[in-house]
Amino acid sequence: MTMTEKILAAHAGKQEVKPGELINARVDMVLGNDITAPVAIKEFAKIGVEKVFDPERIALVPDHFTPNKDIKSAEQAKMLREFAKKYGIVYYFEVGRMGIEHCLLPEQGLVGPGELVIGADSHTCTYGALGAFSTGVGSTDMAAGMALGEVWLKVPPSIRFQYYGSLPPWVGGKDLILYTIGQIGVDGALYSAMEFTGEAVTALTMDDRFTMANMAIEAGAKNGIFLVDEKTLAYIEGRFKRSYKKYQSDPEAEYAQEYEFDVSRLEPQVALPHLPENARPVSEVAGIRIDQAVIGSCTNGRIKDLREAAKVLKGQKVHSEVRLIVLPGTQEIYMQALQEGLVEVFVEAGGVVSTPTCGPCLGGHMGILARGEKAVSTTNRNFVGRMGHPESEVYLAGPAVAAASAVKGRITHPGEVLDK
Amino acid sequence: MMIKGKTWRFGDDVDTDLIIPARYLNTSDPKELATHCMEDAEPEFARKVRPGDIIVAGNNFGCGSSREHAPLAIKAAGVSCVIAVTFARIFYRNAVNIGLPILESEAAAKEIKEGEELEINLEKGRIINVTTGKVYQAAPFPGFMRELISAGGLIPYVRSRLSR
Repeated sequence: MTMTEKILAAHAGKQEVKPGELINARVDMVLGNDITAPVAIKEFAKIGVEKVFDPERIALVPDHFTPNKDIKSAEQAKMLREFAKKYGIVYYFEVGRMGIEHCLLPEQGLVGPGELVIGADSHTCTYGALGAFSTGVGSTDMAAGMALGEVWLKVPPSIRFQYYGSLPPWVGGKDLILYTIGQIGVDGALYSAMEFTGEAVTALTMDDRFTMANMAIEAGAKNGIFLVDEKTLAYIEGRFKRSYKKYQSDPEAEYAQEYEFDVSRLEPQVALPHLPENARPVSEVAGIRIDQAVIGSCTNGRIKDLREAAKVLKGQKVHSEVRLIVLPGTQEIYMQALQEGLVEVFVEAGGVVSTPTCGPCLGGHMGILARGEKAVSTTNRNFVGRMGHPESEVYLAGPAVAAASAVKGRITHPGEVLDK
Repeated sequence: MMIKGKTWRFGDDVDTDLIIPARYLNTSDPKELATHCMEDAEPEFARKVRPGDIIVAGNNFGCGSSREHAPLAIKAAGVSCVIAVTFARIFYRNAVNIGLPILESEAAAKEIKEGEELEINLEKGRIINVTTGKVYQAAPFPGFMRELISAGGLIPYVRSRLSR
């Protein structure tokens, strides 16, 4: 079996599962946010149970339209707050003590290796970086999960991605995943598990692995998953309190497909509007004028991302016609960025630093684009209208390219700012 | 259950931001969501769609976000069924969970044109193009999903499980 199949089998109380099989699996954590949980809370009420399956295994994170952008959003966030109080939900995170859900849960030690996590947010696949099976579901699934502690799942076939070579400077997890989606397309891993292996991903930091697993959904995947190694264990040390389990795929495990990529000459990648599969080497698209640069999100709002952006921006000024918006992923990351002097670098450069929020990534608030405007963004989607007006454009990239582009006012290789 | 309606055609990779843009997600009221359904793809859709109408699309319909607001908006707009070559996985399970009928048929999704009239037998997965006379067979749902669908969605299913 593959590691994904092993985790699913263990949670379904079975010796073995096969791709295509429908199972009922026990969940270790159920997640919802201020957009999806209100629908789940209404559905939960219809089930008619008096309590949730386990108040310590539900996380409610108001992160999308918070700090509340308008009255309706405030009402939605209030529903989470009141539900958490009524049912004694332990992991409700209030503004000021929260973060973007997929940066926050691993940081707070709420997800760990070998676990099965469902979240009413498509980027729940992020926790696969920790060697967990983690997948996005809908609000009704979340409601059923909160009541039963179970979820119905179809066992996905696995696709193995092996990355060889050592990564060139300025190339990281974001570039690997954009390149991969560029190769296989936005439905290239539809319904499947993406298993990321090879020396190039072993060499990645945990923050880079979170970025890669985060975007598995952009290839249509059910989950993305990494082996548990010493970096994973170092990351969960002192955070994750439950017992964990390391799984690895059997040598004879069956894969629906296998891809091998030599990434030793990979350039930083940029995905052109309006699909993440439109990945190009930055040199091919350099020069496209931008109005806004966004650095943050559940994809690239972690400390390594902010350090990388600050490295490019230190001593530089944001181009006069560009707005730079930096969103640290959590309060803890924000504090760390403050202590390391990164926030000073961003502000000195002429950027704004926001409280943690999904905000502009989904065109919610804190940086909406007008008609015809272009943004380079470290977020995960560049669909029509994703960051604002349907005639605006989003170019997806890693933090170094976003920072360099903010300085030059056009899509730029970071080496052009820093190495010269 | 028999369904009858006129078709609206969309392409490949119709994402959830096209189905219901995030700027309207500060509510979860299906009726309000329905007034913005497909707005950025076809601004007239919400105004012109008639009860029973059917959406026909290509590959990977509903890709992107997990927002259940997407199938909710489609359902509340009066759409009776979505036919596509394939569906993105979260949209697929959301549709099954909330009781929005969906069918996968490559031939139907590719050949049926906008404005044609269809008759669909949901139990059998049979799609009849009344305009052209052509008949298509959609991929059958696995057993457990048929149970979910016949229970009326996930919540009624969970309720009946808990009362057993």
